[in-house]
Amino acid sequence: MSTTEVRLSGFGGQGLITAGIILAEAAILDGKNAVQSQSYGPEARGGASKAEVIISDGDIEYPKVGDADVFLAMSQAACDKYAKALRPSGVLIVDTDHVKNVPAFSGKTYSVPITKIAVRETGKELVANIVALGVLVGLTGLVSREALETAVLDRVPPKTKDLNKQALAAGFAAAEEILGKEGE
Amino acid sequence: MSIEELLERYTRRDKLPHIWCPGCGNGIIMGAVIRALDQAGVDQKKTVIVSGIGCSSRAPGYMKFDTLHTTHGRALAYATGVKLARPELKVVVLTGDGDCAAIGGNHLIHAARRNIDLTVVVFNNDIYGMTGGQYSPLTPQGSYATTAPYGTVDRNFDLCELVKAAGGTYVARGTTYHTRMLIDLISAGLGHKGFSFIEVVSQCPMYYGRKNKLASAVAMLEWQKEHAVPVKAAAKLTPEQLKGKFVIGELHREEAPEYTEVYAEVVARARGEEK
Amino acid sequence: MANDRRAQLLSGNEACVRGALAAGVRFFAGYPITPSTEIAEGLAAALPKVGGTFIQMEDEIASMGAVIGASLAGVKAMTATSGPGFSLKQENIGFAAMAEVPCVIVDVQRYGPSTGLPTSPAQGDIMQARWGTHGDHPIIALMPASVRETFDLTVEAFNLAEELRTPVILLLDEIVGHMRERVELPPDESVHVVNRTKPVEDPETFQPYKPGPNLVPPMPAFGDGYHFHVTGLAHDESGFPTGRGQDADRLVRRLHAKIQNRKPPVARAEEWQLEDAEIVVVAAGSVARSARAAVREARVRGIKAGLLRPITAWPFPENEVREAARRAAAMIVPELNLGQIVREVERVSGGETKIVPLNRIDAELITPAEILERIQEVAAHVD
Repeated sequence: MSTTEVRLSGFGGQGLITAGIILAEAAILDGKNAVQSQSYGPEARGGASKAEVIISDGDIEYPKVGDADVFLAMSQAACDKYAKALRPSGVLIVDTDHVKNVPAFSGKTYSVPITKIAVRETGKELVANIVALGVLVGLTGLVSREALETAVLDRVPPKTKDLNKQALAAGFAAAEEILGKEGE
Repeated sequence: MSIEELLERYTRRDKLPHIWCPGCGNGIIMGAVIRALDQAGVDQKKTVIVSGIGCSSRAPGYMKFDTLHTTHGRALAYATGVKLARPELKVVVLTGDGDCAAIGGNHLIHAARRNIDLTVVVFNNDIYGMTGGQYSPLTPQGSYATTAPYGTVDRNFDLCELVKAAGGTYVARGTTYHTRMLIDLISAGLGHKGFSFIEVVSQCPMYYGRKNKLASAVAMLEWQKEHAVPVKAAAKLTPEQLKGKFVIGELHREEAPEYTEVYAEVVARARGEEK
Repeated sequence: MANDRRAQLLSGNEACVRGALAAGVRFFAGYPITPSTEIAEGLAAALPKVGGTFIQMEDEIASMGAVIGASLAGVKAMTATSGPGFSLKQENIGFAAMAEVPCVIVDVQRYGPSTGLPTSPAQGDIMQARWGTHGDHPIIALMPASVRETFDLTVEAFNLAEELRTPVILLLDEIVGHMRERVELPPDESVHVVNRTKPVEDPETFQPYKPGPNLVPPMPAFGDGYHFHVTGLAHDESGFPTGRGQDADRLVRRLHAKIQNRKPPVARAEEWQLEDAEIVVVAAGSVARSARAAVREARVRGIKAGLLRPITAWPFPENEVREAARRAAAMIVPELNLGQIVREVERVSGGETKIVPLNRIDAELITPAEILERIQEVAAHVD
């Protein structure tokens, strides 16, 4: 039975809880089991925000993530707090626009200018969470790209479908570029 | 309709005699409510009478309707649920000054704000009678009560002004002395679509009277007669001339959208969107 | 497969909304409070579509009052809240018990006492659900451990409320309420739905509190022409107040008996790996998820552990716990409080077995590792 635990953390307002929900929905579309949970402060915007997703082929009992297999950090504070809670062979993805000090880590670290890509490719910082999902799935293959795209389009407001599609494609492209460089 | 016919049709005769003290105004108010219901021609089978806790709130138990004797202060909350669940029902709330102005004060202002179609009759005897004579938010400042042995410090509410300010669309004040007027005021309230509020200045000779040197019901009714000023007459008086008096009659009436009717539009809209 | 549409991702609070709709809810009154607000939001959107009514009242107390009023007018009614609001609703929950008004109260438990930690989990309201209102009233409280079970137990809460004319409390916790999980929900038409029994008697001779064969009085609605009286005062079968102690005695005993005597029993628990279990973990709600993982791991390590999961917090599944206590060498009771379920386990087990509490009140869910560690400690002493 394979189980992957994912943590997404940053500021409130970055859309990471939505991103967690979309990731879990994509896993379900892939026929897998998924649980998503979250924690947040009293602030609607600007406070700390954390979403956790567990994806598994079997039952998921304990719904919280302990040491994550994949950690996306979109703020320095989140990175400092949770970098330690990563499996040694795990994957750390940081948004270089928000995380300047990347901790040393035994697993794989990917530094990606996620927010910058969102602004550059779509003109909207708002969709950085969707870019992040594209990057995360592009790098890890945690769910199928098709399922992720379906899940994104199911969740977002109809008027923003094209924008989000663009953001997701930008995320996938960024991941491909990184993996391409690795392969060189 | 004769008294006998009214009693037969609208009261639970096996539950009488009532528990109220000799000289209490509650019976007069209940009688006025029954006559007003008859006068307004409400459908007895489609009328629910809701009360809170206190002397006044025992009235529904004597009345042959669907009746609901709730918790202290919450009659308006329960009545709101009844009305929303079945808007075709006529819902009448009988409450006291302590019940609706103190513990239930929040529900009063919000029910008025919503302009939900309820008819509220407040039995205002200026005192908590059931518990034996403690001061209420309507006890005139300086009066005596078992919990105000040196006279009350609290300023008293003008409930009619409060309800009007909160959005009630029919506001009236009557007394247990001016019974004919009282029946008409309640009847008009029953006919009004929206939040109708009738404060009835009543007498509690047992507790308020004895504590305040007004030991007989007759003396208290005399006091009402001398201090009540009808709306029309009051309009011609200066505030100075009205000092120490109180105004009776229909104090406020306006037309405004009623809550359950507006909610019915919400339902239609929500269902329309599904098409 | 990238388009598997059999299942969906739902939170416990969302599943509660779906369950309520499947059970036929037509009225919701509430007041915003974390972590239950999604239930109000969901029903604000859904109820008008089915011709039902949603209202956000001025406070928690009014919400409970409105729910009781709506139920008496003949519709299935509910509210949802969390600790502070649950405290405020208690007096009127007592009224619903006394006057036998069916209704469902959802309490998504959060960290307390007082305002506590509004977005953090706890299981501190188990005793409040039982004893929160004054007087010796009975209560039913259900404790789901998963999103799917939240759907099922929401339906059951309505069914029990309608069948037994009683308030039923659905005790979620913040974790079950907010976690999203893969669920496959049954189609609405396959959901078993119970409606209250209406009287058939002539209104002239009708006694509104005369019990039927299951000790539950048939219930007319306001406006049906029965002219009945409802009060929180002790009353006799006519529904009118009685000053007589023996009438009150008969009433309150019947209120208890209608729940206690119900067949099949209201009280129930899930038993897992219990047949040969020497160490039994008793856990409910979100904690039972960790307990199940711990028991599974203990079995892998050769320890005969089992799980007993109360599905009803109230009535407490006494028979199941008593039976397990008779056979077990020890019972471990993990919970997100300083010991509430454990008191019942101690009471029921009557000294038959060793009881080991495991409590956590730092706003985090007890982990499987913590429970496993306790199982291993206890196992070392058992052998």
